[in-house]
Amino acid sequence: MTETVPRRSVDRAATRRWLRDNGVHLAVAVLLLYNLLFTANFATVSNLTTQLVQVAPVIIVALGMAMVIGTEGVDLSVGSVMAIAAALLPLYLGYGIVAGVVVALAAGAACGLLNGVLVGVVRIQPIVATLALLVGGRGLAIVLVDGQIKDIRNDTLLEFGSAKALGIPLVVWLAALLAVAVGLLVRRTTYGRQLVAIGDNRSASALAGLPVRRVLIVTYVLSGVLAAVAGIVATARLTASDPSSIGNLYELSAITAVVVGGTALTGGRVRILGTVMGALLIQLIRATLIKNDLPDSIAQIVQAAIIVLAVYAQRERRAGAS
Amino acid sequence: MEAVLEARGTGKRFPGVVALSGVDLALRPGEVHALVGENGAGKSTLIKVLTGVYQPDDGTLLLGGEPVRFGRPLDAQAAGISTIYQEVNLVPLLSVARNLFLGREPRTRLGLIDTRAMDARAAELLGSLGVHADVRRPLRTLGLGTQQMVAVARAVAAEARVVVMDEPTSSLEPREVATLFDVVGRLRSQGIAVLYVSHRLDELYRICDRVTVLRDGRVVHTGPLAELPRLRLVAAMLGRDLDEVRREGSTRFDGASSVASGAPVLEATGLARRHVLDGVSLTVRPGEIVGLGGLLGAGRSETARAIAGAMAVDAGTVTVAGRPVRTGSVPAAMAAGVVMLPEDRKADGIVPGLSVRENIALAALPTLSRAGIVSRARQDAIVDRFVTRLRIKASGPDQKVGELSGGNQQKVLLARLLARNPKLLLLDEPTRGIDIGAKAEVQGLIDELAAEGLGVVLISSEFEEVVEGSDSVVVLRDGRVVATLHGAEVTEDALISALAADGD
Amino acid sequence: MTPVSPTGPAGSASPAGPPSPASPTGPAAAGAVTAVTAVTRRERAAGIVQRSGAYLVLALVVLVASLAFDSFATTGNARNIAIQSSFLAIVALGMTFVIISGGIDLSVGSVFALGGVLAAYGMRWGSLAAVLLPLAVCGAIGLLNGVLVGYGRLAPFIVTLATLLGARGLLLVITDEGSITRVMPADSLLVRLAQGSVLGLGWPVWIVVVLFALGAVVLNRTRTGQSVLAIGASRDAALLMGLPVARRTTLLYLASGLLAGLAGALAAAYSGSGVTIVGVGLELDAIAAVVIGGTLLTGGAGTIGGTLCGVLLLRVIQNVINQIGTLGSSYQSVVSGAFLVVVVVIQAYLSREQRL
Repeated sequence: MTETVPRRSVDRAATRRWLRDNGVHLAVAVLLLYNLLFTANFATVSNLTTQLVQVAPVIIVALGMAMVIGTEGVDLSVGSVMAIAAALLPLYLGYGIVAGVVVALAAGAACGLLNGVLVGVVRIQPIVATLALLVGGRGLAIVLVDGQIKDIRNDTLLEFGSAKALGIPLVVWLAALLAVAVGLLVRRTTYGRQLVAIGDNRSASALAGLPVRRVLIVTYVLSGVLAAVAGIVATARLTASDPSSIGNLYELSAITAVVVGGTALTGGRVRILGTVMGALLIQLIRATLIKNDLPDSIAQIVQAAIIVLAVYAQRERRAGAS
Repeated sequence: MEAVLEARGTGKRFPGVVALSGVDLALRPGEVHALVGENGAGKSTLIKVLTGVYQPDDGTLLLGGEPVRFGRPLDAQAAGISTIYQEVNLVPLLSVARNLFLGREPRTRLGLIDTRAMDARAAELLGSLGVHADVRRPLRTLGLGTQQMVAVARAVAAEARVVVMDEPTSSLEPREVATLFDVVGRLRSQGIAVLYVSHRLDELYRICDRVTVLRDGRVVHTGPLAELPRLRLVAAMLGRDLDEVRREGSTRFDGASSVASGAPVLEATGLARRHVLDGVSLTVRPGEIVGLGGLLGAGRSETARAIAGAMAVDAGTVTVAGRPVRTGSVPAAMAAGVVMLPEDRKADGIVPGLSVRENIALAALPTLSRAGIVSRARQDAIVDRFVTRLRIKASGPDQKVGELSGGNQQKVLLARLLARNPKLLLLDEPTRGIDIGAKAEVQGLIDELAAEGLGVVLISSEFEEVVEGSDSVVVLRDGRVVATLHGAEVTEDALISALAADGD
Repeated sequence: MTPVSPTGPAGSASPAGPPSPASPTGPAAAGAVTAVTAVTRRERAAGIVQRSGAYLVLALVVLVASLAFDSFATTGNARNIAIQSSFLAIVALGMTFVIISGGIDLSVGSVFALGGVLAAYGMRWGSLAAVLLPLAVCGAIGLLNGVLVGYGRLAPFIVTLATLLGARGLLLVITDEGSITRVMPADSLLVRLAQGSVLGLGWPVWIVVVLFALGAVVLNRTRTGQSVLAIGASRDAALLMGLPVARRTTLLYLASGLLAGLAGALAAAYSGSGVTIVGVGLELDAIAAVVIGGTLLTGGAGTIGGTLCGVLLLRVIQNVINQIGTLGSSYQSVVSGAFLVVVVVIQAYLSREQRL
């Protein structure tokens, strides 16, 4: 009798940990199953494609966010960086698709560099350092295009936004490819392992001679570049560059995806599959509510509740670890 | 005389550690009571119990003879127990007066803070302690000594019956120390009990009446300080019985001191940093183990950190194998072949969420990678080698380091350093908090490494470890080298004498 | 114009102490008995820049704008700027306290918008309901933030990011997904109050004056205010000093929610309707104003007057951009963002200097 009590509590703790780490997969599976079975017009190719296309830019931004959060940071500027990339794209498309894309990506890298220097070198807290670009970035983007919405007339780009390969849209392929690439980057490269170590224990990492500043700067640059990619994808999908709306509140979606996916805000962990699943989960919740005639507003409230719950679960993990 | 505050049979346990066990401490009105002990002796735990930060697991607290329980710091403060922490724990940007009265500001009839009354009372209070400062200025514009005095005044203003001072002089200039001692004298004459924690023996003998010595969570001595010679005090702190200093060798070190020869692997000269190091010089030859002797706060860890590049210095040079090394940069020191095992394994050593493999490979990652991709084969080769050589016990290289025992974590850290092929090892408390078996293994390993030609700097609060492990010992006090013992001079007697010697 | 408390930090910077030793490594000189200043001249100059920089820049911008544009230094334009500033000012007041305590409240923009919509919604039961309804709901959101941050110890930015989203969702529910814009009758008391003026200044401006005077008194002259400063400087130290940290923290977020709701209600009444899209990004303006006003983003120091100055600076710049005419309103946020970077870098530099 006395023995069963502790064992059961151990079981319960293990269950809780499993749920925390894999709950997102479970939730995605359950929601998917529910919708496939009960929601009308869900299990169609066109709907599933739409859902994936909608979530693709979120996933791309969330990949960068996952790395930043892995360093115990956060990047609030991603939405604005998307807007800057979207704004620059049509301005340089005249010189060809390559020029446009390169300029947009370079702008994303420059934004990331600013964030990275503020965080890594000047040592400002990440929230504040990236807030400045969140404030100013979108304004800058709108200024760049004179406040206008510019139609995209580049065929290659438009093709990229709508074309499919093996029945799956190119943008979805791109998101998947980037997820694999970031996953490999984090798991297999020197940089990736240093990133995780720095996020887990910065002091120990510095004493072990790791290039802390450089890793932080590179991480924010990558986040900026990925946000720029998402900006390009969103522009191609929209067939127009609209800096005042592109990427709006993406920082929120990306953070939610990362946190719901089991990456702790306290750093030292980058869960790529979890992040992708987190983004899918939010997309599915939205879709479920909308398909069941519940308005977007309810979806937002549900998303808010999920963020708090996810952070609360992470908090317990931290307390349990110490 | 009736004690104003007394702890009886105090016990406090943390997971895996007994921090205090059966500790008795009685503070009498108008006495300055010294509390001494080395790292981990339980001083700070005892202070936290007395001031309501921790609740004791055993024993009772008596305030004026009556049993009391402090559920939180506020309760202890209300009971007249004030604490001055080592670091000034005030609000630097608020004015002096506001800091003095934070949380208990005098108020007007409207319930607003009466700034005029507050400033006047603040000036009066500081004046009574012999401090004359503009109380309306932000605290941070004052010198550290004056800031510390404000903390003292805050403690006194609370109508304190007991004032606890935890290392109050660690950041003060000599002149400021003198002022602090004046204040302590005044408190004593007002019948206030002062619990004075310091590792500076000179200070203790200047102002303290009685002393309680803690070691390993127990009281090993208590009584009037004047009756306790310095040498005995140091011996008590270190847990050595002077009358029969054992020489049987309780460590795995072979005790034989090798004759170090060859060009020095390390020459550090004139390392200085304000309040911390005052011109420390050190030479280590290949195959030599140089112990750093000294009491807590003497500057041993700081010397190691300065050499390893983990602490910036105001002055001084570090030369490794004849080449000057840029100070204040860990990567630069590492590139030159200097690695350090940090004192605080949890905070500065392990990366708990990463595996044994990754923790070992961490510092050597660039050399284990090709084109930025970590080579699993090279990583495994080096990890296998060290797991075998250091006998690291883990369920496998994929186990998280946070789940290992302290001894195995320490071995992982040593492996991380050795994977860099260093020339000089700085070991700060390499055997602290690990079990006896692992301890012996680590000690044996240090000897082996030295025999292979590495230079080693060894810091340990365990006396026998320094004496038996080192070929020579550099003794530090107040951030200065006060003695150097070579070969046969390295004995416990000699070391204890050097530590207890009168300052200046 | 700016209600600075008589003993605010701005005042304490002026008395020139004895010349201090320039080198931080030198002996602290002159003995410990008299107050030895440990601040170098460079640091002191930097400190003055931090505390008064916003005032100087504001004065400069106003001066230049007055010379450059005939239409700038007119009574009408000044009134315009004052009323434009007032809604942001109320939000920034709550934000000032939150940031001084070392936190951040990202939800205020959404809460502001929600307050406006609720005011328009509550108008069906009269002006009193049009004020009380937003206060009740926005206060509840602030309380939720406060409890999660103060007692739950969750990171303020993520908690308030969530409530940003939640408040926006709630707003959409009330407005039928943003499709309804409720008009507030022009003859209602609240609208007349918001649009009316006395002594040449609009009522919202007077409300700002009163609230900021109160805020300055609370910060500088009450135990609550002092404990907020202490919590921001060091939460652990505040706990050791026996201050009620969790309760104060909760109170701050509650106040921030209430003020954002009030500002939203007033703004809606001023414009005559509860529009759903207002308030987007207002939290960023509020944070920018607070930081530009000299409040440390790391917490522990700040002035109420500085925040008001920061608000005015943002709104004057906006006004100037409008005066130029050829520039889009987006320049406003570019300037805010640039200001924010500069101020934050200066602050980081300063706080490193302060750690001797």
